[in-house]
Amino acid sequence: MSSTATPRRLVDAELLRSALVDAIRKLSPREQLRNPVMFTVWVGSSLTTVLWVVALVGYGEAATGWIAAIAAWLWATVFFANLAEALAEGRGKAQAASLRRTRRDVQARRLGGPSRDAVQTSVSAADLRRGDHVLVNAGEMIPGDGEVVEGIASVDESAITGESAPVIRESGGDRSSVTGGTRVLSDWLLVRIGANPGESFLDRMIGLVEGAKRQKTPNEIALDILLASFTIIFLFACATLLPFSLHAVRQNASGEPVSVTMLVALLVCLIPTTIGGLLSAIRIAGMDRLVRANVIATSGRAVEAAGDVDVLLLDKTGTITFGNRQAARFHPAPGVTVEELADAAQLASLADETPEGRSVVVLAKRHGVRERTLADAHATFVPFTAQTRMSGVTIGDRDIRKGAFDAINSYVRLLGGSIPAEVRRDVDMVARAGATPLVVAEARGARTLGTIELRDIVKGGIKERFAELRAMGIRTVMVTGDNPLTAASIAAEAGVDDFLAEATPERKLELIREEQRGGRLVAMTGDGTNDAPALAQADVAVAMNSGTQAAKEAGNMVDLDSDPTKLIEIVRIGKELLMTRGALTTFSIANDVAKYFAILPAAFLATYPELGALNVMGLEPSTAILSSVIFNAIVIIALVPIALRGVRCRPVGAATLLRDNILIYGVGGLIAPFVGVKAIDLLLNVLPLIDHVRA
Amino acid sequence: MTLSPTPGLAQAILTVGVVLVLAFPLGTYIARIMDGGRSPFERLLGPFERMLLAACGVPRPSDAAGGGQTWRGYASSVLLFSAAGLLVTYAIQRVQWILPNNPAGLGAVTPDSALNTAISFVTNTNWQGYAGETTMSYATQMLALCTQNFVSAAVGIGVMAALARGIRNARSVDLGSFWRDLIRSTVHVLLPLSALLAIVLVSQGVVQTLGPYADVTLVEPITAADGTVTTTQTLPLGPAASQIAIKQLGTNGGGYFNVNSAHPFENPTPLSNLLETASILLLPAALCCSFGVWVRDRRQGFAILAAMSVLLILALAGMWISESHGVPALAALGVDVPTAMEGKETRFGVPASVLWGAFTTAASNGSVNAMHDSFTPIAGGIAMLLMQLGEVVFGGVGSGLYGMILFVLVTVFVSGLMVGRTPEYLRKKIGPFEMKMAAIALLAPSAMVLIGTAVASSLEATAAAAPNPGPHGFSEILYAFSSASNNNGSAFGGISANTPFWNMALGTCMFVGRFWVIVPVLAIAGSLGRKGTVAPSIGTLPTHTPLFVGLLIAVVLIVGVLTFVPALALGPVVEQLRLQTGGVS
Repeated sequence: MSSTATPRRLVDAELLRSALVDAIRKLSPREQLRNPVMFTVWVGSSLTTVLWVVALVGYGEAATGWIAAIAAWLWATVFFANLAEALAEGRGKAQAASLRRTRRDVQARRLGGPSRDAVQTSVSAADLRRGDHVLVNAGEMIPGDGEVVEGIASVDESAITGESAPVIRESGGDRSSVTGGTRVLSDWLLVRIGANPGESFLDRMIGLVEGAKRQKTPNEIALDILLASFTIIFLFACATLLPFSLHAVRQNASGEPVSVTMLVALLVCLIPTTIGGLLSAIRIAGMDRLVRANVIATSGRAVEAAGDVDVLLLDKTGTITFGNRQAARFHPAPGVTVEELADAAQLASLADETPEGRSVVVLAKRHGVRERTLADAHATFVPFTAQTRMSGVTIGDRDIRKGAFDAINSYVRLLGGSIPAEVRRDVDMVARAGATPLVVAEARGARTLGTIELRDIVKGGIKERFAELRAMGIRTVMVTGDNPLTAASIAAEAGVDDFLAEATPERKLELIREEQRGGRLVAMTGDGTNDAPALAQADVAVAMNSGTQAAKEAGNMVDLDSDPTKLIEIVRIGKELLMTRGALTTFSIANDVAKYFAILPAAFLATYPELGALNVMGLEPSTAILSSVIFNAIVIIALVPIALRGVRCRPVGAATLLRDNILIYGVGGLIAPFVGVKAIDLLLNVLPLIDHVRA
Repeated sequence: MTLSPTPGLAQAILTVGVVLVLAFPLGTYIARIMDGGRSPFERLLGPFERMLLAACGVPRPSDAAGGGQTWRGYASSVLLFSAAGLLVTYAIQRVQWILPNNPAGLGAVTPDSALNTAISFVTNTNWQGYAGETTMSYATQMLALCTQNFVSAAVGIGVMAALARGIRNARSVDLGSFWRDLIRSTVHVLLPLSALLAIVLVSQGVVQTLGPYADVTLVEPITAADGTVTTTQTLPLGPAASQIAIKQLGTNGGGYFNVNSAHPFENPTPLSNLLETASILLLPAALCCSFGVWVRDRRQGFAILAAMSVLLILALAGMWISESHGVPALAALGVDVPTAMEGKETRFGVPASVLWGAFTTAASNGSVNAMHDSFTPIAGGIAMLLMQLGEVVFGGVGSGLYGMILFVLVTVFVSGLMVGRTPEYLRKKIGPFEMKMAAIALLAPSAMVLIGTAVASSLEATAAAAPNPGPHGFSEILYAFSSASNNNGSAFGGISANTPFWNMALGTCMFVGRFWVIVPVLAIAGSLGRKGTVAPSIGTLPTHTPLFVGLLIAVVLIVGVLTFVPALALGPVVEQLRLQTGGVS
């Protein structure tokens, strides 16, 4: 999925248009019932509308225009909440549509059995079931997710990953998994289909972004309960005001009781409509952010779990270090200059196309050895074989070899020489430091030239990211097959908190279990079939899309970019999802304080004029309630950007994060309505037709 | 005239100081006792304890592992025990006229009053619709009421200990044995403490006798308007000191005499006043320290104690400011003594009355040494608010702390989300079940206050029970329901509450306010106990910092204030505003 298909800006005109239509459709009570807070507003809007109609025919409990204005703004509150949800959904839908375009109905060659020679029938991709075998030739679309049983081919997966370089897919091993909707560029593949129609990645991804799966996470349910109980308690507080004010009027034998419209307005202002109205938008936007990061989660639960992660297990290779070891230093033998060693090493590596070989050439260049080609040097390449375990070149009468210490040692001995003690010492030292020594020797004079130190190169910037994670309370553990020595040296260089050396799938699984026994949530990435048990055990398990089917099924997320560092981003997205909910809940509740000061004096003006002393904002009593209702409605729209973008998660500890968010959303939430309601009230009172809607 | 704050401040500092100094050792002691540790009263009270344990069929106190109950088992035992206590308390009142130890020859208590009183004492409320000296015999006071004073407080300690065990447990359903908790807290905590206090009170002149009421000759005969001359007076006596000790310590508050601790036989000297005032907060404060011991992190207990103390001090300051300004209309007449003296015992004056008033409504004690009805409107309103917050500012013995922990859960939930993690408290994740139970427990008392007040103020006949018109009459109704629903038990006065309607309505409120909270609290304990623990990191929200304490205070205030501000506006707030403009309400 390419990022160009998704809207760059938060909202564009087309999205807004369709969201407006959706927002109206969502006014139906069935849609509202899912959200107790907004359903309460919906009932209140309906009630005030009825009261307005009653007022129209002459039995009004208050001024008709005022009831109409309150009713209209209550409906606007519901509408704005719908709009927020529709906007979030719309952004997801745009993405889903672009995904769907990649899924055309292709014809598949179904085979009678797992053999290329079996009977072929042409069927629609939609009719393929799990376990069917299909043959895909060059230029054809792979009809569904599955596993390569036979063959090797290059596949263009750009439709799914956005990565334009073709990838190799072959049977057996860790590159056997293929995704429906990708295209075979060369050769052919025999694929066993692994998913029934409607269960493929593409389907899951579309379902996810469209919000088809609406199951709520435990955190959401708990928040729903909290918001519902606030709603209930405010319902009691407002409903009992009617008998209270009737009692007061009876006792005083003067004044008027509070009107029902007034109580509904008070109720809607008090219940947490801000968070209630934005809740589903926050969820959809959170999932949307994940999809934008090219990650598919099997459930919202997994995303939230990512926010709780305490330990990250990261594979060394590919995540912390570049995939391969690289030449880092030359250690010349006694009597040999560095330049001489570099020159020989370069010659020996000229035809060596492995990354290690290329890195030797690069290092030699840094020592001033000019670039050459085999042809320039009139050299013949001696390739690495399992017997010699060396590679090198023959230039005229010069034979240069490089290889592991043992191999070169026997080579030199065979020629009648021996490796000097200094070189042996260098080899030991390099190995002890966790690097790999390669020894370079020349046949002429059975001469040992020195040692090349190959070491893992830690990716740039990774240390800083680990420091950020540490600041957020997340521990990083590097997992590697290397010996403890090598592992420790790389761990120190990369700044991870801990490492697991000589890792086997069993030891990895045991490590995860041990962390979990200690009450910690573990996240990991994996791609191979032997990662599957560990992936299944981890709380947050991100499988690489390039990995095997088994790994993908064991994980609860799939990273389409197959980028192991993505885990860090996933954690951030999970945290931001929770933080956005918490921040807006705090804001919503903090808002209520000011609303009491705005509404109570106006509501009881007729019963107890003394309460006018509470009108600290100096609002005009006839418009104070309308101003509060308007503020309450437009604050939903004003906060849509925060709901969609999410509250930023910074790499600091919980205490600091809490303090900052309390200052912004708690204290801000206390102050904002004092300013906002007053501003709206001032504005209302200069409008020309305002007298028609005064209380 | 405004009063000098110095004597009030001195008293407040002295009293709060006594409480805080004693809370720590006492709390540590309670925690040890409830965890099955050795008691210094083993030799003295051990046989009695073993007899009770055997009667309940519970293993010996030392094997702390045996006889444990699940939350359902624990809750069933609490309900069963309370139901039995209710029946016995009711029955004794109804048949007191045939029981011994009734020198005043008092008859059976009316059914509705007896039921109300039974609920009241079983729920640790001690709302009194009756006047003690003219209603209850010595036997009733001792057997029915005093027993419940002990065991209702013990139930509170037990439920709190069970909640703490749930938090401390990992993957265990064992919350301990209710029966053992009940017996150990009664025998090793409440009995020795109240015996000690009772002896000191007797030394101060609090009466303690089984002898009959005394007739004394007046020093100065009184001539009534119709010319009849009174020369003698009957002085009600009785076993008061023993009951007063536990009524103060056990946050019960049910006075032996009608005017409670304003009565010179209940509260004769400055020292008795200091001790009785401090006793109100002693156990609730000590239990905060116990909590810290139970969950193996003392800072957690101190944090809650700090939040409670700050709320108390805020309330005390508010009440003092209002009371010291008194009644402007009286001040305008040139009165040069404190103008808010109506309804106060002259021996105590404004400072000691405000101090007691704040303590008794912060803790769910409900005993009084001044009439709250006569507090200045804002002071009375703050007293009401302290109860309406859910009796969590110290609150009842055990119940105040578990109520506060419900607020902690809400605070942890909202702030936990704000730091981007599934909320957790003391290494336990807070999920939908805990939130649901917390919501039920927090909603019930508030709903009862509002609904009860709405019903009572709507019915013409009952509204008339509050003799004062206007906002003050409304305050009296609101106060009664706030007190009953939150198991405080103090009364604003004014209302003639010993009628079938009030007895039944307030009885229902007290019952719901107690058990509708206890059951969800135990359910939370059970659910937390079953969960595994999560490891804390710096990504975990700390719950012992000043920031968290501040947040907890804000949540308690915001929830309480937002719920009751409209009602309070129609009562005390209007009344105060009228007072300011020269009226006398």
